[in-house]
Amino acid sequence: MPKFVKIVEVGPRDGLQNEKNTVPTSIKVELIRRLVSSGLPVVEATSFVSPKWVPQLADAKDVMEAVHNVEGARLPVLTPNMKGFQAAIAAGAKEVAVFASASESFSKSNINCTIEESLARYRAVTSAAKELSIPVRGYVSCVVGCPVEGEIPPSKVAYVAKELYEMGCFEISLADTIGVGTPGSVVPMLEAVTAVVPAENLAVHFHDTYGQSLPNILVSLQMGISTVDSSVAGLGGCPYAKGASGNVASEDVVYMLHGLGVKTNVDLQKLLLAGDFISKHLGRQSGSKTAIALSRVVDASNI
Amino acid sequence: MLVSSGLPVVEATSFVSPKWVPQLADAKDVMEAIQNVEGARFPVLTPNLKGFEAAIAAGATEVAIFASASESFSKSNINCSIEDSLTRYRDVVSAARELSIPVRGYISCVVGCPVEGMVPPSKVAYVAKQLSDMGCYEISLGDTIGVGTPGTVIPMLEAALDVVPIDKLAVHFHDTYGQALSNILASLQMGINTVDSSVSGLGGCPYAKGASGNVATEDVVYLLNGLGVKTNVDLGKLMLAGDFICKHLGRQSNSKTAIALSKKTANASKL
Repeated sequence: MPKFVKIVEVGPRDGLQNEKNTVPTSIKVELIRRLVSSGLPVVEATSFVSPKWVPQLADAKDVMEAVHNVEGARLPVLTPNMKGFQAAIAAGAKEVAVFASASESFSKSNINCTIEESLARYRAVTSAAKELSIPVRGYVSCVVGCPVEGEIPPSKVAYVAKELYEMGCFEISLADTIGVGTPGSVVPMLEAVTAVVPAENLAVHFHDTYGQSLPNILVSLQMGISTVDSSVAGLGGCPYAKGASGNVASEDVVYMLHGLGVKTNVDLQKLLLAGDFISKHLGRQSGSKTAIALSRVVDASNI
Repeated sequence: MLVSSGLPVVEATSFVSPKWVPQLADAKDVMEAIQNVEGARFPVLTPNLKGFEAAIAAGATEVAIFASASESFSKSNINCSIEDSLTRYRDVVSAARELSIPVRGYISCVVGCPVEGMVPPSKVAYVAKQLSDMGCYEISLGDTIGVGTPGTVIPMLEAALDVVPIDKLAVHFHDTYGQALSNILASLQMGINTVDSSVSGLGGCPYAKGASGNVATEDVVYLLNGLGVKTNVDLGKLMLAGDFICKHLGRQSNSKTAIALSKKTANASKL
Protein backbone atom coordinates (compact mmCIF):
# COMPACT_ATOMS: atom_id res chain seq x y z
CA MET A 1 0.00 0.00 0.00
CA PRO A 2 1.53 3.37 -0.94
CA LYS A 3 1.95 5.97 1.81
CA PHE A 4 0.76 8.78 -0.42
CA VAL A 5 -1.67 8.72 -3.32
CA LYS A 6 -1.86 11.55 -5.81
CA ILE A 7 -5.46 12.22 -6.74
CA VAL A 8 -6.03 13.64 -10.21
CA GLU A 9 -9.34 15.46 -10.06
CA VAL A 10 -11.11 15.22 -13.43
CA GLY A 11 -14.49 16.72 -12.45
CA PRO A 12 -14.14 20.01 -14.35
CA ARG A 13 -13.21 18.08 -17.52
CA ASP A 14 -14.32 14.43 -17.64
CA GLY A 15 -17.13 15.26 -15.24
CA LEU A 16 -18.61 18.33 -16.84
CA GLN A 17 -18.09 17.08 -20.40
CA ASN A 18 -20.45 14.22 -19.66
CA GLU A 19 -23.12 16.26 -17.90
CA LYS A 20 -26.23 17.05 -19.89
CA ASN A 21 -26.34 20.71 -18.93
CA THR A 22 -23.58 23.13 -19.84
CA VAL A 23 -22.23 25.08 -16.88
CA PRO A 24 -21.34 28.80 -17.19
CA THR A 25 -17.65 29.74 -17.24
CA SER A 26 -17.82 31.54 -13.91
CA ILE A 27 -19.13 28.41 -12.18
CA LYS A 28 -16.43 26.26 -13.75
CA VAL A 29 -13.77 28.70 -12.59
CA GLU A 30 -15.17 28.83 -9.06
CA LEU A 31 -15.34 25.01 -8.97
CA ILE A 32 -11.69 24.78 -10.02
CA ARG A 33 -10.68 27.30 -7.35
CA ARG A 34 -12.52 25.38 -4.63
CA LEU A 35 -11.05 22.08 -5.77
CA VAL A 36 -7.54 23.52 -5.70
CA SER A 37 -8.08 24.94 -2.23
CA SER A 38 -9.14 21.51 -0.91
CA GLY A 39 -5.56 20.38 -1.48
CA LEU A 40 -5.98 18.31 -4.63
CA PRO A 41 -2.54 18.28 -6.30
CA VAL A 42 -3.85 18.03 -9.88
CA VAL A 43 -7.13 19.38 -11.28
CA GLU A 44 -7.88 18.74 -14.94
CA ALA A 45 -9.28 22.11 -15.91
CA THR A 46 -10.83 21.73 -19.36
CA SER A 47 -10.46 20.29 -22.83
CA PHE A 48 -9.42 21.82 -26.15
CA VAL A 49 -11.38 19.26 -28.13
CA SER A 50 -13.58 20.90 -30.78
CA PRO A 51 -16.80 22.39 -29.36
CA LYS A 52 -18.55 20.52 -32.15
CA TRP A 53 -17.93 17.32 -30.16
CA VAL A 54 -17.90 18.68 -26.62
CA PRO A 55 -20.09 21.79 -26.48
CA GLN A 56 -20.06 21.71 -22.66
CA LEU A 57 -16.41 22.81 -22.74
CA ALA A 58 -16.57 25.28 -25.61
CA ASP A 59 -15.34 27.96 -23.19
CA ALA A 60 -11.99 26.21 -22.68
CA LYS A 61 -10.01 29.31 -23.61
CA ASP A 62 -11.94 31.52 -21.18
CA VAL A 63 -11.64 29.00 -18.36
CA MET A 64 -7.87 28.63 -18.88
CA GLU A 65 -7.34 32.35 -19.03
CA ALA A 66 -9.21 32.71 -15.74
CA VAL A 67 -7.37 29.92 -13.88
CA HIS A 68 -3.90 29.57 -15.35
CA ASN A 69 -2.37 31.55 -12.49
CA VAL A 70 -4.23 29.77 -9.70
CA GLU A 71 -1.58 28.36 -7.41
CA GLY A 72 -1.44 25.17 -5.45
CA ALA A 73 -2.26 22.58 -8.09
CA ARG A 74 -1.29 21.59 -11.58
CA LEU A 75 -4.00 22.27 -14.16
CA PRO A 76 -3.64 19.95 -17.17
CA VAL A 77 -5.99 20.21 -20.17
CA LEU A 78 -6.95 17.72 -22.85
CA THR A 79 -5.55 18.36 -26.34
CA PRO A 80 -6.66 16.07 -29.18
CA ASN A 81 -4.11 17.27 -31.75
CA MET A 82 -1.61 20.01 -32.63
CA LYS A 83 -4.31 22.61 -33.19
CA GLY A 84 -5.80 21.96 -29.76
CA PHE A 85 -2.32 21.94 -28.25
CA GLN A 86 -1.49 25.32 -29.72
CA ALA A 87 -4.79 26.79 -28.54
CA ALA A 88 -4.13 25.41 -25.05
CA ILE A 89 -0.64 26.94 -24.88
CA ALA A 90 -1.94 30.25 -26.17
CA ALA A 91 -4.54 30.23 -23.40
CA GLY A 92 -1.87 29.67 -20.74
CA ALA A 93 -1.89 25.89 -20.21
CA LYS A 94 1.27 24.48 -18.65
CA GLU A 95 0.41 20.79 -18.93
CA VAL A 96 -1.60 18.77 -21.44
CA ALA A 97 -3.11 15.32 -21.88
CA VAL A 98 -3.69 13.13 -24.94
CA PHE A 99 -5.99 10.12 -25.21
CA ALA A 100 -5.64 6.89 -27.13
CA SER A 101 -7.66 3.70 -26.90
CA ALA A 102 -6.80 0.07 -26.32
CA SER A 103 -9.74 -0.78 -28.58
CA GLU A 104 -9.57 -0.20 -32.33
CA SER A 105 -13.36 0.04 -32.62
CA PHE A 106 -13.65 2.56 -29.82
CA SER A 107 -10.80 4.62 -31.27
CA LYS A 108 -12.64 4.83 -34.58
CA SER A 109 -16.00 5.65 -33.07
CA ASN A 110 -14.71 8.04 -30.40
CA ILE A 111 -11.96 10.00 -32.16
CA ASN A 112 -12.52 8.96 -35.79
CA CYS A 113 -9.16 7.38 -36.43
CA THR A 114 -7.24 4.15 -35.81
CA ILE A 115 -5.05 3.64 -32.75
CA GLU A 116 -1.91 3.99 -34.90
CA GLU A 117 -3.15 7.21 -36.49
CA SER A 118 -3.93 8.65 -33.05
CA LEU A 119 -0.45 7.72 -31.80
CA ALA A 120 1.12 9.44 -34.82
CA ARG A 121 -0.94 12.53 -34.04
CA TYR A 122 0.21 12.46 -30.43
CA ARG A 123 3.87 12.08 -31.35
CA ALA A 124 3.53 15.48 -32.99
CA VAL A 125 1.95 16.90 -29.84
CA THR A 126 4.55 15.40 -27.48
CA SER A 127 7.36 16.70 -29.71
CA ALA A 128 5.94 20.19 -29.66
CA ALA A 129 5.34 19.90 -25.92
CA LYS A 130 8.91 18.80 -25.28
CA GLU A 131 10.20 21.92 -27.05
CA LEU A 132 8.27 24.02 -24.55
CA SER A 133 8.97 21.76 -21.54
CA ILE A 134 5.26 21.10 -21.23
CA PRO A 135 4.52 17.75 -19.51
CA VAL A 136 2.12 15.42 -21.34
CA ARG A 137 -0.13 12.81 -19.75
CA GLY A 138 -1.41 9.94 -21.87
CA TYR A 139 -4.83 8.34 -21.36
CA VAL A 140 -5.65 4.84 -22.56
CA SER A 141 -9.39 4.16 -22.75
CA CYS A 142 -11.27 0.82 -22.63
CA VAL A 143 -8.51 -0.91 -20.70
CA VAL A 144 -10.75 -3.68 -19.36
CA GLY A 145 -13.67 -3.61 -21.78
CA CYS A 146 -15.08 -1.86 -24.83
CA PRO A 147 -18.72 -1.09 -25.59
CA VAL A 148 -18.22 -2.47 -29.12
CA GLU A 149 -15.56 -5.18 -28.84
CA GLY A 150 -16.29 -6.49 -25.35
CA GLU A 151 -13.13 -7.91 -23.73
CA ILE A 152 -9.82 -6.20 -24.40
CA PRO A 153 -6.57 -8.22 -24.27
CA PRO A 154 -4.13 -6.90 -21.65
CA SER A 155 -1.37 -7.09 -24.26
CA LYS A 156 -3.17 -4.43 -26.30
CA VAL A 157 -3.31 -2.10 -23.32
CA ALA A 158 0.38 -2.71 -22.63
CA TYR A 159 1.21 -1.92 -26.26
CA VAL A 160 -0.58 1.42 -26.27
CA ALA A 161 0.72 2.36 -22.79
CA LYS A 162 4.28 1.62 -23.89
CA GLU A 163 3.92 3.69 -27.07
CA LEU A 164 2.60 6.66 -25.10
CA TYR A 165 5.33 6.32 -22.49
CA GLU A 166 8.10 6.04 -25.06
CA MET A 167 6.91 9.05 -27.03
CA GLY A 168 7.34 11.11 -23.88
CA CYS A 169 4.20 10.96 -21.72
CA PHE A 170 5.28 11.28 -18.09
CA GLU A 171 2.20 9.42 -16.84
CA ILE A 172 -0.25 6.97 -18.42
CA SER A 173 -3.77 6.90 -17.04
CA LEU A 174 -5.49 3.56 -17.59
CA ALA A 175 -9.21 4.11 -17.97
CA ASP A 176 -12.06 1.66 -17.53
CA THR A 177 -14.27 3.78 -19.75
CA ILE A 178 -17.49 1.84 -19.30
CA GLY A 179 -16.88 0.71 -15.74
CA VAL A 180 -17.15 -3.02 -16.46
CA GLY A 181 -13.91 -4.02 -14.77
CA THR A 182 -13.52 -5.97 -11.55
CA PRO A 183 -10.27 -7.02 -9.86
CA GLY A 184 -10.57 -10.18 -11.99
CA SER A 185 -9.88 -8.19 -15.17
CA VAL A 186 -8.00 -5.25 -13.64
CA VAL A 187 -5.21 -7.32 -12.10
CA PRO A 188 -4.13 -9.11 -15.32
CA MET A 189 -4.33 -5.79 -17.19
CA LEU A 190 -2.08 -4.07 -14.63
CA GLU A 191 0.33 -7.01 -14.67
CA ALA A 192 0.70 -6.65 -18.44
CA VAL A 193 1.18 -2.88 -18.29
CA THR A 194 3.58 -2.77 -15.34
CA ALA A 195 5.80 -5.17 -17.29
CA VAL A 196 6.43 -2.35 -19.81
CA VAL A 197 5.78 0.91 -17.93
CA PRO A 198 6.96 1.54 -14.35
CA ALA A 199 4.14 1.61 -11.76
CA GLU A 200 5.12 5.11 -10.64
CA ASN A 201 4.31 6.36 -14.15
CA LEU A 202 0.85 4.81 -14.11
CA ALA A 203 -2.53 6.05 -12.92
CA VAL A 204 -5.91 4.33 -12.75
CA HIS A 205 -9.15 5.94 -13.91
CA PHE A 206 -12.13 3.78 -13.03
CA HIS A 207 -15.74 4.49 -13.86
CA ASP A 208 -18.28 3.44 -11.27
CA THR A 209 -20.98 2.38 -13.72
CA TYR A 210 -21.29 -1.05 -12.06
CA GLY A 211 -20.27 0.14 -8.60
CA GLN A 212 -16.85 -1.55 -8.95
CA SER A 213 -14.43 1.39 -8.75
CA LEU A 214 -13.39 1.24 -5.15
CA PRO A 215 -12.45 -2.46 -5.13
CA ASN A 216 -10.64 -1.83 -8.44
CA ILE A 217 -8.76 1.06 -6.87
CA LEU A 218 -7.93 -1.08 -3.82
CA VAL A 219 -6.31 -3.83 -5.91
CA SER A 220 -4.48 -1.21 -7.97
CA LEU A 221 -2.96 0.22 -4.79
CA GLN A 222 -2.04 -3.31 -3.71
CA MET A 223 -0.16 -3.61 -7.03
CA GLY A 224 1.86 -0.45 -6.44
CA ILE A 225 -0.19 2.15 -8.31
CA SER A 226 -0.21 5.46 -6.44
CA THR A 227 -2.10 7.87 -8.71
CA VAL A 228 -5.88 7.71 -8.91
CA ASP A 229 -8.27 9.75 -11.07
CA SER A 230 -11.66 10.69 -9.67
CA SER A 231 -14.37 13.31 -10.06
CA VAL A 232 -15.85 15.49 -7.34
CA ALA A 233 -19.44 14.45 -6.53
CA GLY A 234 -19.05 11.68 -9.11
CA LEU A 235 -19.69 14.23 -11.86
CA GLY A 236 -20.09 12.84 -15.36
CA GLY A 237 -22.47 10.12 -16.40
CA CYS A 238 -21.71 7.20 -18.65
CA PRO A 239 -21.88 8.17 -22.30
CA TYR A 240 -22.75 4.58 -23.29
CA ALA A 241 -25.49 3.72 -20.84
CA LYS A 242 -27.78 6.71 -20.42
CA GLY A 243 -28.62 7.36 -16.80
CA ALA A 244 -25.88 5.12 -15.52
CA SER A 245 -23.07 6.64 -13.50
CA GLY A 246 -19.57 7.39 -14.72
CA ASN A 247 -16.57 8.66 -12.82
CA VAL A 248 -15.88 7.45 -9.30
CA ALA A 249 -16.56 10.17 -6.74
CA SER A 250 -13.48 11.86 -5.28
CA GLU A 251 -15.06 12.10 -1.85
CA ASP A 252 -15.58 8.31 -1.73
CA VAL A 253 -12.00 7.72 -2.86
CA VAL A 254 -10.57 10.12 -0.27
CA TYR A 255 -12.73 8.50 2.45
CA MET A 256 -11.30 5.09 1.60
CA LEU A 257 -7.71 6.29 1.30
CA HIS A 258 -7.81 8.14 4.60
CA GLY A 259 -9.38 5.06 6.23
CA LEU A 260 -6.44 3.04 4.88
CA GLY A 261 -4.01 5.50 6.45
CA VAL A 262 -2.89 6.73 3.02
CA LYS A 263 -2.13 10.44 2.74
CA THR A 264 -3.60 12.54 -0.06
CA ASN A 265 -3.09 16.18 0.99
CA VAL A 266 -6.84 16.59 0.50
CA ASP A 267 -9.06 18.18 3.16
CA LEU A 268 -12.26 16.12 2.87
CA GLN A 269 -14.42 18.86 4.36
CA LYS A 270 -13.28 21.38 1.78
CA LEU A 271 -13.74 18.83 -0.97
CA LEU A 272 -17.31 18.25 0.26
CA LEU A 273 -17.94 21.99 -0.03
CA ALA A 274 -16.72 21.99 -3.64
CA GLY A 275 -18.99 19.03 -4.40
CA ASP A 276 -21.91 20.70 -2.72
CA PHE A 277 -21.31 23.87 -4.74
CA ILE A 278 -21.41 22.17 -8.13
CA SER A 279 -24.27 19.80 -7.20
CA LYS A 280 -26.41 22.73 -6.13
CA HIS A 281 -25.63 24.47 -9.39
CA LEU A 282 -26.49 21.41 -11.45
CA GLY A 283 -29.65 21.01 -9.40
CA ARG A 284 -29.03 17.39 -8.56
CA GLN A 285 -27.96 15.19 -5.72
CA SER A 286 -24.28 14.38 -5.36
CA GLY A 287 -23.08 11.17 -6.95
CA SER A 288 -20.90 10.60 -3.86
CA LYS A 289 -22.28 8.36 -1.11
CA THR A 290 -19.73 9.77 1.34
CA ALA A 291 -20.95 13.28 0.61
CA ILE A 292 -24.58 12.29 1.11
CA ALA A 293 -23.81 10.40 4.33
CA LEU A 294 -21.73 13.21 5.83
CA SER A 295 -24.27 15.85 4.97
CA ARG A 296 -26.82 13.84 6.95
CA VAL A 297 -24.72 12.79 9.93
CA VAL A 298 -26.08 15.79 11.78
CA ASP A 299 -29.19 13.64 12.38
CA ALA A 300 -27.16 11.23 14.55
CA SER A 301 -28.85 12.68 17.61
CA ASN A 302 -32.22 11.24 16.56
CA ILE A 303 -31.39 7.66 17.47
CA MET B 1 -38.14 -14.64 -7.26
CA LEU B 2 -35.07 -14.36 -5.03
CA VAL B 3 -35.06 -18.09 -4.38
CA SER B 4 -35.41 -18.89 -8.06
CA SER B 5 -32.34 -16.75 -8.84
CA GLY B 6 -30.27 -19.34 -6.95
CA LEU B 7 -29.59 -17.45 -3.71
CA PRO B 8 -28.83 -20.15 -1.11
CA VAL B 9 -30.18 -18.20 1.88
CA VAL B 10 -32.97 -15.62 1.92
CA GLU B 11 -33.76 -13.98 5.25
CA ALA B 12 -37.52 -14.01 5.07
CA THR B 13 -38.82 -11.82 7.88
CA SER B 14 -38.47 -10.85 11.53
CA PHE B 15 -40.44 -11.79 14.64
CA VAL B 16 -39.50 -8.56 16.40
CA SER B 17 -42.54 -6.82 17.89
CA PRO B 18 -44.64 -4.92 15.30
CA LYS B 19 -44.45 -2.01 17.75
CA TRP B 20 -40.81 -1.57 16.72
CA VAL B 21 -40.92 -2.87 13.14
CA PRO B 22 -44.43 -2.35 11.76
CA GLN B 23 -43.24 -3.08 8.20
CA LEU B 24 -42.85 -6.74 9.16
CA ALA B 25 -45.97 -7.11 11.31
CA ASP B 26 -47.15 -9.82 8.90
CA ALA B 27 -44.23 -12.09 9.75
CA LYS B 28 -46.52 -15.02 10.58
CA ASP B 29 -48.44 -14.72 7.29
CA VAL B 30 -45.24 -14.45 5.23
CA MET B 31 -43.77 -17.54 6.88
CA GLU B 32 -46.92 -19.54 6.35
CA ALA B 33 -47.04 -18.56 2.68
CA ILE B 34 -43.49 -19.62 1.91
CA GLN B 35 -43.56 -22.85 3.93
CA ASN B 36 -43.17 -25.02 0.89
CA VAL B 37 -40.84 -22.91 -1.24
CA GLU B 38 -37.83 -25.05 -2.01
CA GLY B 39 -34.29 -24.23 -2.99
CA ALA B 40 -33.13 -21.91 -0.22
CA ARG B 41 -32.99 -21.63 3.55
CA PHE B 42 -35.26 -19.04 5.19
CA PRO B 43 -33.88 -17.78 8.48
CA VAL B 44 -35.93 -15.26 10.46
CA LEU B 45 -34.94 -12.79 13.14
CA THR B 46 -36.04 -13.62 16.68
CA PRO B 47 -35.28 -11.10 19.45
CA ASN B 48 -36.17 -13.38 22.38
CA LEU B 49 -37.86 -16.62 23.40
CA LYS B 50 -41.34 -15.27 22.67
CA GLY B 51 -40.34 -14.30 19.13
CA PHE B 52 -38.61 -17.66 18.75
CA GLU B 53 -41.75 -19.56 19.73
CA ALA B 54 -43.88 -17.51 17.34
CA ALA B 55 -41.35 -18.18 14.56
CA ILE B 56 -41.40 -21.94 15.16
CA ALA B 57 -45.21 -21.96 15.33
CA ALA B 58 -45.25 -20.20 11.94
CA GLY B 59 -42.99 -22.85 10.42
CA ALA B 60 -39.51 -21.31 10.63
CA THR B 61 -36.66 -23.83 10.32
CA GLU B 62 -33.82 -21.43 11.09
CA VAL B 63 -33.49 -18.28 13.23
CA ALA B 64 -31.14 -15.37 13.82
CA ILE B 65 -30.38 -13.25 16.89
CA PHE B 66 -28.61 -9.90 17.12
CA ALA B 67 -26.19 -8.46 19.62
CA SER B 68 -23.99 -5.38 19.42
CA ALA B 69 -20.30 -4.71 19.86
CA SER B 70 -21.25 -1.31 21.22
CA GLU B 71 -22.87 -0.97 24.65
CA SER B 72 -24.52 2.35 23.73
CA PHE B 73 -25.99 0.96 20.55
CA SER B 74 -27.23 -2.15 22.35
CA LYS B 75 -29.09 0.02 24.83
CA SER B 76 -30.56 2.37 22.25
CA ASN B 77 -31.41 -0.30 19.68
CA ILE B 78 -32.67 -3.22 21.77
CA ASN B 79 -33.05 -1.57 25.17
CA CYS B 80 -30.63 -3.69 27.14
CA SER B 81 -26.92 -4.13 27.77
CA ILE B 82 -24.77 -6.48 25.68
CA GLU B 83 -24.59 -8.97 28.59
CA ASP B 84 -28.35 -8.92 29.09
CA SER B 85 -28.87 -9.54 25.38
CA LEU B 86 -26.43 -12.48 25.44
CA THR B 87 -28.31 -13.98 28.40
CA ARG B 88 -31.57 -13.63 26.51
CA TYR B 89 -30.01 -15.32 23.49
CA ARG B 90 -28.65 -18.26 25.46
CA ASP B 91 -32.30 -19.12 26.17
CA VAL B 92 -33.17 -18.91 22.50
CA VAL B 93 -30.17 -20.99 21.48
CA SER B 94 -31.03 -23.64 24.10
CA ALA B 95 -34.58 -23.87 22.92
CA ALA B 96 -33.38 -23.98 19.31
CA ARG B 97 -30.97 -26.80 20.06
CA GLU B 98 -33.83 -28.92 21.46
CA LEU B 99 -35.55 -28.61 18.10
CA SER B 100 -32.37 -28.87 15.97
CA ILE B 101 -32.97 -25.35 14.69
CA PRO B 102 -29.77 -23.61 13.49
CA VAL B 103 -29.14 -20.14 14.93
CA ARG B 104 -27.18 -17.32 13.27
CA GLY B 105 -25.74 -14.55 15.42
CA TYR B 106 -25.46 -10.95 14.17
CA ILE B 107 -23.10 -8.42 15.67
CA SER B 108 -23.81 -4.78 14.91
CA CYS B 109 -21.44 -1.79 14.93
CA VAL B 110 -18.34 -3.90 14.30
CA VAL B 111 -16.28 -1.02 12.90
CA GLY B 112 -18.10 2.01 14.25
CA CYS B 113 -21.07 3.13 16.34
CA PRO B 114 -23.30 6.16 15.78
CA VAL B 115 -22.98 7.01 19.49
CA GLU B 116 -19.56 5.77 20.57
CA GLY B 117 -17.61 6.32 17.36
CA MET B 118 -14.76 3.78 17.10
CA VAL B 119 -15.37 0.28 18.44
CA PRO B 120 -12.36 -1.78 19.63
CA PRO B 121 -11.80 -5.02 17.66
CA SER B 122 -11.42 -6.83 21.01
CA LYS B 123 -15.04 -6.00 21.83
CA VAL B 124 -16.19 -7.51 18.54
CA ALA B 125 -14.09 -10.62 19.22
CA TYR B 126 -15.60 -10.95 22.70
CA VAL B 127 -19.19 -10.85 21.46
CA ALA B 128 -18.37 -13.13 18.50
CA LYS B 129 -16.88 -15.73 20.85
CA GLN B 130 -19.87 -15.56 23.18
CA LEU B 131 -22.28 -16.10 20.30
CA SER B 132 -20.18 -18.90 18.86
CA ASP B 133 -19.68 -20.64 22.22
CA MET B 134 -23.37 -20.54 23.04
CA GLY B 135 -24.12 -22.40 19.79
CA CYS B 136 -24.53 -20.00 16.84
CA TYR B 137 -23.36 -21.79 13.69
CA GLU B 138 -22.48 -18.51 11.95
CA ILE B 139 -21.67 -14.99 13.13
CA SER B 140 -22.46 -12.13 10.78
CA LEU B 141 -20.30 -9.06 11.43
CA GLY B 142 -22.30 -5.92 10.60
CA ASP B 143 -20.94 -2.48 9.75
CA THR B 144 -24.26 -0.96 10.73
CA ILE B 145 -23.52 2.63 9.73
CA GLY B 146 -21.23 1.84 6.80
CA VAL B 147 -18.25 3.79 8.12
CA GLY B 148 -15.69 1.00 7.73
CA THR B 149 -12.84 0.85 5.23
CA PRO B 150 -10.28 -1.95 4.85
CA GLY B 151 -8.21 0.06 7.34
CA THR B 152 -10.68 -0.77 10.13
CA VAL B 153 -12.20 -3.94 8.69
CA ILE B 154 -8.94 -5.88 8.56
CA PRO B 155 -7.95 -5.40 12.23
CA MET B 156 -11.52 -6.21 13.25
CA LEU B 157 -11.50 -9.46 11.22
CA GLU B 158 -8.07 -10.38 12.57
CA ALA B 159 -9.41 -10.06 16.11
CA ALA B 160 -12.58 -12.07 15.33
CA LEU B 161 -10.57 -14.79 13.53
CA ASP B 162 -8.47 -15.26 16.67
CA VAL B 163 -11.51 -16.61 18.50
CA VAL B 164 -13.95 -17.92 15.87
CA PRO B 165 -13.07 -20.21 12.92
CA ILE B 166 -13.21 -18.49 9.55
CA ASP B 167 -15.97 -20.68 8.10
CA LYS B 168 -18.28 -19.50 10.87
CA LEU B 169 -17.89 -15.84 9.92
CA ALA B 170 -19.90 -13.70 7.50
CA VAL B 171 -19.61 -10.00 6.64
CA HIS B 172 -22.54 -7.59 6.44
CA PHE B 173 -21.42 -4.22 5.13
CA HIS B 174 -23.59 -1.18 4.65
CA ASP B 175 -22.78 1.01 1.67
CA THR B 176 -23.55 4.33 3.35
CA TYR B 177 -20.14 5.76 2.39
CA GLY B 178 -19.77 3.68 -0.78
CA GLN B 179 -17.19 1.44 0.93
CA ALA B 180 -18.99 -1.92 0.98
CA LEU B 181 -17.46 -3.58 -2.08
CA SER B 182 -13.88 -2.74 -1.18
CA ASN B 183 -14.60 -3.99 2.37
CA ILE B 184 -16.00 -7.20 0.90
CA LEU B 185 -12.90 -7.58 -1.29
CA ALA B 186 -10.60 -7.15 1.70
CA SER B 187 -12.70 -9.72 3.61
CA LEU B 188 -12.49 -12.24 0.77
CA GLN B 189 -8.72 -11.71 0.64
CA MET B 190 -8.71 -12.75 4.32
CA GLY B 191 -10.65 -15.92 3.57
CA ILE B 192 -14.22 -14.90 4.46
CA ASN B 193 -16.66 -16.69 2.16
CA THR B 194 -20.13 -15.63 3.32
CA VAL B 195 -21.43 -12.20 2.39
CA ASP B 196 -24.74 -10.55 3.30
CA SER B 197 -26.37 -8.23 0.78
CA SER B 198 -29.76 -6.87 -0.19
CA VAL B 199 -31.40 -7.01 -3.61
CA SER B 200 -31.44 -3.56 -5.22
CA GLY B 201 -29.71 -2.23 -2.11
CA LEU B 202 -33.05 -2.20 -0.29
CA GLY B 203 -33.01 -0.58 3.12
CA GLY B 204 -31.78 2.90 3.87
CA CYS B 205 -29.61 3.95 6.77
CA PRO B 206 -31.69 4.46 9.89
CA TYR B 207 -29.08 6.88 11.29
CA ALA B 208 -28.54 9.18 8.33
CA LYS B 209 -31.86 9.88 6.65
CA GLY B 210 -31.66 9.58 2.90
CA ALA B 211 -28.30 7.86 2.99
CA SER B 212 -28.01 4.33 1.69
CA GLY B 213 -27.81 1.16 3.74
CA ASN B 214 -27.31 -2.41 2.64
CA VAL B 215 -24.93 -3.19 -0.19
CA ALA B 216 -26.78 -4.23 -3.36
CA THR B 217 -26.74 -7.95 -4.10
CA GLU B 218 -26.45 -7.36 -7.84
CA ASP B 219 -23.25 -5.33 -7.35
CA VAL B 220 -21.81 -8.03 -5.07
CA VAL B 221 -22.63 -10.80 -7.54
CA TYR B 222 -21.09 -8.76 -10.39
CA LEU B 223 -17.86 -8.41 -8.39
CA LEU B 224 -17.77 -12.09 -7.44
CA ASN B 225 -18.50 -13.21 -11.01
CA GLY B 226 -15.70 -10.96 -12.24
CA LEU B 227 -13.34 -12.52 -9.68
CA GLY B 228 -14.24 -16.00 -10.94
CA VAL B 229 -15.89 -16.83 -7.60
CA LYS B 230 -18.97 -19.07 -7.81
CA THR B 231 -22.22 -18.05 -6.09
CA ASN B 232 -24.93 -20.23 -7.66
CA VAL B 233 -26.76 -16.99 -8.45
CA ASP B 234 -28.14 -16.17 -11.90
CA LEU B 235 -27.59 -12.42 -12.19
CA GLY B 236 -30.31 -12.02 -14.83
CA LYS B 237 -32.94 -13.61 -12.59
CA LEU B 238 -31.69 -11.63 -9.60
CA MET B 239 -32.15 -8.44 -11.59
CA LEU B 240 -35.72 -9.42 -12.34
CA ALA B 241 -36.37 -9.76 -8.61
CA GLY B 242 -34.81 -6.35 -8.02
CA ASP B 243 -36.83 -4.81 -10.81
CA PHE B 244 -40.03 -6.30 -9.35
CA ILE B 245 -39.58 -4.82 -5.90
CA CYS B 246 -38.37 -1.43 -7.18
CA LYS B 247 -41.40 -1.09 -9.43
CA HIS B 248 -43.56 -1.83 -6.44
CA LEU B 249 -41.74 0.67 -4.23
CA GLY B 250 -41.90 3.19 -7.05
CA ARG B 251 -38.21 4.05 -6.96
CA GLN B 252 -35.02 3.45 -8.80
CA SER B 253 -32.78 0.57 -7.82
CA ASN B 254 -29.85 1.31 -5.54
CA SER B 255 -27.77 -1.19 -7.48
CA LYS B 256 -25.44 0.43 -10.02
CA THR B 257 -25.05 -2.91 -11.79
CA ALA B 258 -28.81 -3.21 -12.18
CA ILE B 259 -29.09 0.34 -13.54
CA ALA B 260 -26.16 -0.13 -15.93
CA LEU B 261 -27.41 -3.44 -17.27
CA SER B 262 -30.95 -2.20 -17.70
CA LYS B 263 -29.70 0.75 -19.75
CA LYS B 264 -27.11 -1.10 -21.75
CA THR B 265 -29.34 -2.90 -24.19
CA ALA B 266 -31.25 0.31 -24.84
CA ASN B 267 -28.23 2.28 -25.98
CA ALA B 268 -25.39 -0.04 -26.90
CA SER B 269 -26.26 0.36 -30.55
CA LYS B 270 -25.95 4.14 -30.41
CA LEU B 271 -22.25 4.78 -30.20
